[in-house]
Amino acid sequence: MTLQIIATYAIAISLLIGTIFSLVAGIGLLKLNTAMSRLHAPTKAGTVGIGAFLIASMVHSWTFADGSFHELLIMGFLFVTAPVSANFMAKVNIHRGVCAPPPAPTNDDTWSTLNVPDADIEIAETET
Amino acid sequence: MGKLYRWLLPHPALTVLLAVVWTLLQNEVSAGMVVFGVILGIIIPIMTARWWPDRPQSLRVGKMLTYCVLVMWDILVANVQVAWIVLTKRNADMRPNWVVIPLDLRSPEAITILAGTITLTPGTVSADLSDEGHSLLVHALDTDDPDAVRDEIKDRYERRLKEIFE
Repeated sequence: MTLQIIATYAIAISLLIGTIFSLVAGIGLLKLNTAMSRLHAPTKAGTVGIGAFLIASMVHSWTFADGSFHELLIMGFLFVTAPVSANFMAKVNIHRGVCAPPPAPTNDDTWSTLNVPDADIEIAETET
Repeated sequence: MGKLYRWLLPHPALTVLLAVVWTLLQNEVSAGMVVFGVILGIIIPIMTARWWPDRPQSLRVGKMLTYCVLVMWDILVANVQVAWIVLTKRNADMRPNWVVIPLDLRSPEAITILAGTITLTPGTVSADLSDEGHSLLVHALDTDDPDAVRDEIKDRYERRLKEIFE
């Protein structure tokens, strides 16, 4: 019985931590003023916020039910996919020029997003 | 014998990974499910072998686990720091900055993991790779000194990844 009480507290604390970090991520999304800065907010909710929710879910399922491993998979898939979407949003920002232009790379000529073939530049010019 | 082993298990790490993921998906550890997972783990790498450009040579599993623990810890610490910055600092005081990281890593897998690590640790987002893959563009949320961020990432993550992959 005491185990269940301890588990209940652990679940409550994990949920609270997850809620706080999700809230901060939401506040950041509203508060920050540039497109690139706003990108930083969801990476926080994606790691610690959701991680805390999943820990709460795992503790609950192991103490009050049969137990579940699915949370580990969710965590793994999230850690693999979150950086990819953040990277694509950053690339769109650079491509549309809504952020400060990045400095030139030290080892190569240009960044791959800015490396537009001549043919595509001609197409863009004729369309506008 | 070695040839049969290489034909049957062209990618042993992928076999283990597929078996573990299959067992986790079933949500119960039973002999039948583990055996089926191993069967899947053998068949899928053989069927997809022809689409791999090349395979990673040798992974140092111990160092990989140390790296994972280090990254988890950094994520926790940095989360609190960035939450504090977001809640207390005014937008006008914030100094978002680009950081250019010259890469010593060459293998695409290692660069992918480095870019993922940089994005997952709050405060930095990896934005772009240079056209020939020798530099990484990183956006930092609030930093006065881009060179310090660059040196920290190079020393903390890239050096360890180099030991793991090369």
